Amino acid sequence: MTTRQQVLVLYLGTSALDSDVVGWARYDGTGGSRPTTGDSDEPPYKTGVAALEDGWRLFQAAQLVPPYPGAEHETSFLKHEFFFEKLVEV
Amino acid sequence: MPTTRQLLNSVQVARFVAHGFLRLDAVVPPEMNEEALGVFDTGLDPVPYGSEVPKAFPEGSFARRLVELPVVAGALESLVGPDPTVDHHFVHTREPHQGSAQPLHADALIDLRLDAFDVQLMYYPQEVTADMGGTLIVPGSHLRRTNESDTGRYQNLLGQTRLTCPAGTVALLHHGIWHGGRRNDSDTVRHMYKIRFNPTVPQVRLWDTADLDAPAVSEELRRVFPWYETATGRLEIHNRVRLWRSLTGDAGFDIDHWATRISNRPASRRSTV
Repeated sequence: MTTRQQVLVLYLGTSALDSDVVGWARYDGTGGSRPTTGDSDEPPYKTGVAALEDGWRLFQAAQLVPPYPGAEHETSFLKHEFFFEKLVEV
Repeated sequence: MPTTRQLLNSVQVARFVAHGFLRLDAVVPPEMNEEALGVFDTGLDPVPYGSEVPKAFPEGSFARRLVELPVVAGALESLVGPDPTVDHHFVHTREPHQGSAQPLHADALIDLRLDAFDVQLMYYPQEVTADMGGTLIVPGSHLRRTNESDTGRYQNLLGQTRLTCPAGTVALLHHGIWHGGRRNDSDTVRHMYKIRFNPTVPQVRLWDTADLDAPAVSEELRRVFPWYETATGRLEIHNRVRLWRSLTGDAGFDIDHWATRISNRPASRRSTV
């Protein structure tokens, strides 16, 4: 038996962890699944907190970074990115 | 490119400005779709960057006939204007049961232009079903300033379009749209032919503007997509206002006062009197 990490990345509608999921990605260190770009239209959870309730452990949250001066109206990457993990015995 | 006069109307162009793409379903006739598969198997010669259409695609060639279909020519003229140049063209093929999808990306380089945009034509000669890995397109992503595949971490965004379409469908995309070829889980090879066009004229009121003041224009421009974060979604509307002002030459155009409110500076007006 050894331990492998499964990673879930959720993008939320605001910086609050209980706001709605607007984007998601999964990476599976067990090799049991191969998630990829454009493989589902329905988010795995409605909110970030719903992922916690299902046993995912939050290990990183995006910092709140002020807009760069002069570029306050520009849009770029999604801002509210939360990384979760599950440790799985294989 | 001959003028066909099957131009887009203002509502359609506003939809392009909001979504970043426009679909023209089943506009290529079946005999051309059948011919296309043979043409793609044979291979297409590369085109020198910046070639005029008549030089890039000789009279009678498949590509020339494709871009001269009246509905295609009219839509292209409405967006990039008459006589665009061909940037490049390429046939993208997704093999059956190909192991992976492309990362989500925008083509070329991060592009800061506010007063011009390129259009990418994507043509699908076959019916594309859900398991054939049709192009993933993220509506409303084209004004984001990101560079190529730096968005590869995003696997799925709420409201994304996993393209399925009838044979002969053409999509016209703003150069900045986030997209990617999806994994082909079917037994069928899937082809998509892409041509990038560069404008050679100012992109101002190139379409049929008879309906420019129709309420439906503003309705299209204020559309919010499900993947937008609440706050950033407001910036997207603001940035569409900037693009619509450029496309129409109407510096006062606004949606719900977003741009007007934050540019109101009475003190600065007084100091210039």
